[in-house]
Amino acid sequence: MLAASGMTTESRPILDVRGLRKSFGSTEVLKGIDFRLAPRELAFIIGPSGSGKSTFLRCCNRLEEPSGGSIHVDGTDIMAPGVDINAVRRHIGMVFQSFNLYPHMTALGNVTLALRLAAHIPRAEAVDLGRTALARVGLADKERAYPGELSGGQQQRVAIARALALEPRIVLFDEPTSALDPELVGSVLQVMRDLREAGMTMLVVSHELQFARAAADRVVFMEGGVIVEEGPPAQIFGDPQHARTREFVARIDGHH
Amino acid sequence: MTLSDILALFFNPEIAAKTSGFLVDGLWMTLLLCLVVIPVGALGGLAVAVLAALNRRWLNVLLVIYVDVFRALPPLVLLVFVYNVPPFAGYRISEFEAVVIAFLLNTSSYYGEIFRAGIESIGRGQWEAARSTGLGWWQTMGWVVLPQAVRNVLPDLVSNTLEVAKLTSIASVIALHELMFAARSAQQLTFNYTPLMLATLIYFVLLWPVVHLLSRLEHRRIAAG
Amino acid sequence: MDRFLFTFFNAEVMAEYLPNILSGMWVTTYLAAFVIVTGLSLGLVLAVLRSALSQKMPAPLSWLTGALRLSLIFYVDLMRSVPPLVLIVLFYYGLPALGLDIAGLGATWLALSLVLSAFAEEIYWAGLISVARGQWEAARSTGLSFLQTLIYVILPQAVRLAIPPLTNRTIAITKGTALGQVVAVQEILYQAYSGLSFSYNPSPLTLGALAYLALFLPIVIVGRWIETRFAWRR
Repeated sequence: MLAASGMTTESRPILDVRGLRKSFGSTEVLKGIDFRLAPRELAFIIGPSGSGKSTFLRCCNRLEEPSGGSIHVDGTDIMAPGVDINAVRRHIGMVFQSFNLYPHMTALGNVTLALRLAAHIPRAEAVDLGRTALARVGLADKERAYPGELSGGQQQRVAIARALALEPRIVLFDEPTSALDPELVGSVLQVMRDLREAGMTMLVVSHELQFARAAADRVVFMEGGVIVEEGPPAQIFGDPQHARTREFVARIDGHH
Repeated sequence: MTLSDILALFFNPEIAAKTSGFLVDGLWMTLLLCLVVIPVGALGGLAVAVLAALNRRWLNVLLVIYVDVFRALPPLVLLVFVYNVPPFAGYRISEFEAVVIAFLLNTSSYYGEIFRAGIESIGRGQWEAARSTGLGWWQTMGWVVLPQAVRNVLPDLVSNTLEVAKLTSIASVIALHELMFAARSAQQLTFNYTPLMLATLIYFVLLWPVVHLLSRLEHRRIAAG
Repeated sequence: MDRFLFTFFNAEVMAEYLPNILSGMWVTTYLAAFVIVTGLSLGLVLAVLRSALSQKMPAPLSWLTGALRLSLIFYVDLMRSVPPLVLIVLFYYGLPALGLDIAGLGATWLALSLVLSAFAEEIYWAGLISVARGQWEAARSTGLSFLQTLIYVILPQAVRLAIPPLTNRTIAITKGTALGQVVAVQEILYQAYSGLSFSYNPSPLTLGALAYLALFLPIVIVGRWIETRFAWRR
């Protein structure tokens, strides 16, 4: 039940996580996560704070170093000794809660930096790719703006463009709308919806349950460092199997 | 030159034993200088900053000129000037007096800039709240603004105090018998560098705790954002 | 009043010693320039080194990097707690005894450069650690290496934070070139002092003080401007 739902059997998973463990000192935050994500799939991870969902996401590109288990991205063992982690990360986009745009560079500069330095694409070509990525998130006219001159929603869309420009196999979203004013959330969700239409594989940690209901293929409920339950949104929100999932969904829905 | 030659020249226990009393005499003078010069400079700086907060146009112009001129002059130049020039005008001046005057001019400028930044870091709201309860200008400054201002710039105050303490070594140039002067005299008498190494060690042992405290204050400030 | 002018602003004496003071200004200027260049660049190298040494490492390597990091911090603390004059005198007498012949000029340059490098390291380091962790994570998540992230993303922000305190500290340490007088560096103070002893008139000293003002007052004013320009722009 853990692995099967929502996964097509004929294709190799983009993300294949087995027995993932992570400890900070003596506290174990992830206690053996098994998770697979098929191409073009959008999975949502929900759970109370401290459940380990952000840590799980950050292990998937080794911003956090896993303590045990294995992670394959598009067939590459990203924890193999001698693996070029920088090359791997180019193909794993990540979008952060606090945007983390480089304040001393323009929107275009933010998007093209890794194209030039990590992907070694010549400047002119990188600029073209950067402009295309900014256009995809609806910010073609903001390429010269510095992050300080953009609204929160625009900043987050630039951050998404920064990830997209590298043509990732998968994009990890770490609470992408939590730092935004309510009226700015919509524009970011729209970009994510467009990405889904275009067939991007996405793993999202978020509290936007409305969006999860409408757009996710699968919802994963985590608590205490383990996956408690996962399934299609209709099941998780409509007919959860576990008491803990029921409580959590009821409490979160009450707030919205 | 062998290792034992180097040890005999720089780390000679006999010379250290022979000159340590002399160095300790110098150390007392260094401590006395710090004890006088630091409070005098800090009070002078406080006066400069509070006067600047009065916001009188011409007074402020004068204060900025005072502060910038004495920050532009190297302290040693100031000291040599203060010590050597008054006799030509008929005033005899002792080495100690010269040091206190030169340090007052130099360090009050630096302390003044720090206190001013501290006072400016306190928002209008604090002034308005205090004045609305009927406190006068000086009462507001003394009881509401300054305590917060000092706390805000504490690392800079400690840092400047460290610099002043190290700076007392220039008093050796006008032959005031403090630690550096004692070390140089002992070196010239013994043709050996052990006294200089000893002085270096004494300064380090004395001031390293302050440096360490400063790093911690600074890192705490960064952690607080 | 005439007597005052005759004593402190004696035109004849001033004219006589003006060439000496001017040559002193030249010595002060290039000594200061050398100190600034070596001190600030060594400080930057040390800060970057400290950042690299602070990375997480596997066990046997981490002992080595830990030891190196501690010795770097010890060097910085040492240079910050010992008066520059003590270092100048120590280098001036001590290094020749070790076979390294270094004139007063070399001793002053070396001592002030090391002191400036220590202060600069601390200031750059404070800048480096005040750049938010998210900046590191964002850059690394796009595949930039440690060094690329440091150079293109972190340092530009850190240096900007460091500029105001660095300017003030650099001015303060550069004025320490006057300490070279003690080891016979022929800079302004040395020229003014010897003028005073030869002429038995304080006018050369007045001239020397004016020369320092001419050199450093503009820098102090520019420093004040930089401080207001960059302050509170975190």
